[in-house]
Amino acid sequence: MITTVASKALPVDEELKIQKNRIEPENDTGSKKRISVVTGIHGDELEGQYVCFELIRRIKEQKENLKGIVDIYPAMNPLGIDSITRGIPAFEMDMNRLFPGDIEGNMTEYLAARIMEDLTGSEVVLDIHASNIYLTEIPQIRVNAVHEEQLIPLAKEANVDFVWVHGASTVLESTLAYSLNSIGTPTLVVEMGVGMRITKSYGDQMVDGIFNLMKKLGIWEGKTAAVRQPIISRNPKDVAYLNAATGGLFVPAVRHGAQLKEGELIGRIINPLSGGVRDEVRAPMDGMLFTIREYPIVDEGSLVGRLLRTL
Amino acid sequence: MKKNTIYEIQGLYRDNFRVTGYEFGEGEEAVCIVGSMRGNEVQQLYCCSRLVKKLKGMEEEGKLTPGKKILVIPCVNPYSVNIQKRFWTVDNTDINRMFPGYDLGETTQRIADGVFRVISAYRFGIQFTSFYMPGEFMPHVRMMDSGLEDTELAKQFGMPYVVLRKVRPYDTTTLNYNWQIWETQAFSMYTNTTTRIDRKSAKEAERGILTFLHKQGIAQYHGHDGYLSQIVKDVDMVSVRTGKAGLFEPAVSVGEEVGRGRILARIIDTYEGEVIEELTAPVDGIVFFMHGEPLTYADTAVFKLVVREE
Ligand SMILES: [Zn+2]
Repeated sequence: MITTVASKALPVDEELKIQKNRIEPENDTGSKKRISVVTGIHGDELEGQYVCFELIRRIKEQKENLKGIVDIYPAMNPLGIDSITRGIPAFEMDMNRLFPGDIEGNMTEYLAARIMEDLTGSEVVLDIHASNIYLTEIPQIRVNAVHEEQLIPLAKEANVDFVWVHGASTVLESTLAYSLNSIGTPTLVVEMGVGMRITKSYGDQMVDGIFNLMKKLGIWEGKTAAVRQPIISRNPKDVAYLNAATGGLFVPAVRHGAQLKEGELIGRIINPLSGGVRDEVRAPMDGMLFTIREYPIVDEGSLVGRLLRTL
Repeated sequence: MKKNTIYEIQGLYRDNFRVTGYEFGEGEEAVCIVGSMRGNEVQQLYCCSRLVKKLKGMEEEGKLTPGKKILVIPCVNPYSVNIQKRFWTVDNTDINRMFPGYDLGETTQRIADGVFRVISAYRFGIQFTSFYMPGEFMPHVRMMDSGLEDTELAKQFGMPYVVLRKVRPYDTTTLNYNWQIWETQAFSMYTNTTTRIDRKSAKEAERGILTFLHKQGIAQYHGHDGYLSQIVKDVDMVSVRTGKAGLFEPAVSVGEEVGRGRILARIIDTYEGEVIEELTAPVDGIVFFMHGEPLTYADTAVFKLVVREE
């Protein structure tokens, strides 16, 4: 059943609505266990759109196997999705810096607070992101070190290739995931693919992961595919950031996910005006390239890739 | 006066990105003044350009105290100003959310680092800045309420108000906050506007800064002393919010004294022209901030009032 989680009137003849689709078992099982899938907080990230579609389609195919509640929120930031805007248009504000929100606050804070209220109490929430328009990521889950204990067991069931435990930072305290985790609703942040695109194979991989999670939580009784064992990285020293030494156009020599030897060429930064190569980006250690630059224009400092050390 | 390049990045098809500083005097790093950091901060740029001109004249007249160095950086982000885009050209990040910066990080982290390395050495830091919501302010000096601030110092600007801002998580990456952490006394200077020039409040800010320099023995300036500043905490200001979205028709102006119950603005239906909401003053006070756009969303704080002291 599609319902409205929060709504506000806009100035000219339009209602802003955040909607969700709740799927429940045909016959009431008495279980109130619930999994929530959330995406579209960043309006330019679309990978989660396909995940929502495919998840609903596959549940409906075998509805008899559903034993709990599945809540799907495909568009947390509808105005952003419609206008290819990362943040909330007009407010120039990153929606993922507004949580837990404020029911008495301005429009954006109110929406954030209503979303929090609605998600609270889920067995698990998946917040699906798609990196940004500049970088492509292999399917991964990012975990704030302060919530590591509760989240790693769940992250292992989600069929991702990589779980990245990162350090705490004050700025990240205003994300949806941090806010929900702080009040005891486990929330996994998925990053996969690239902004403005849909990578179907990643979407299918993620849907398999969600079914597996549902099975572990007793929400699904149908068949599920075996899930991948993710690499779990806790030590910041195992991740190398590759920042452009100079501006230009980045032309990759390998694909993301590649296993690289130290010194191997990752890509070149070229100058189309002079025909020269401004810099060569090489692997600083043996490792797996889990992030690579998708958008070719780089400035000095722009991230062109991230490498996870081979242990 | 010496003109220096403080930070530079090689461009591809554009001229190099340069942050330029104007240095007056030598010796102790006394005061640093920073202008626009976002591409729409034109008033902030204008205020700094006035100060550069003024300080150049004062230096020639021997009115700057020897042994004290003044640095003015009119613009930390010429690339964005030149294309009239608020944030960084390629990745849309905000330099004022990148402090103290990181020399091996992303572009705007590198810019923040390159600039902060130079300016963190100063005893006083003054930044012309803008509010995240479009609107008009009473000119004021703002400090972070971090426990490290000295409000008596802020009064020396002689601006009508000194506002203490409660620190929020996202403030920890701003220049003002990091200046304070690195033991610079940091002030944010707010004039009336951002995207358009307001000469009156620019002049007032200029007078305020020169008065401050005079009181600190950094320069000789004999303008009028300005106001006896009133100190206000931002959390003590009274916000007036819209209940409905529509056309915003103000009935008062910034700086005006209003009595409780006075109509501040009307919200008009965008199709039918009817008044759908009247916003009234909940207290006796002074209009400190007013929304600056013709349209408003619902639940928007369109006014902030300073409660009138008895
Ligand atoms: Zn995102």
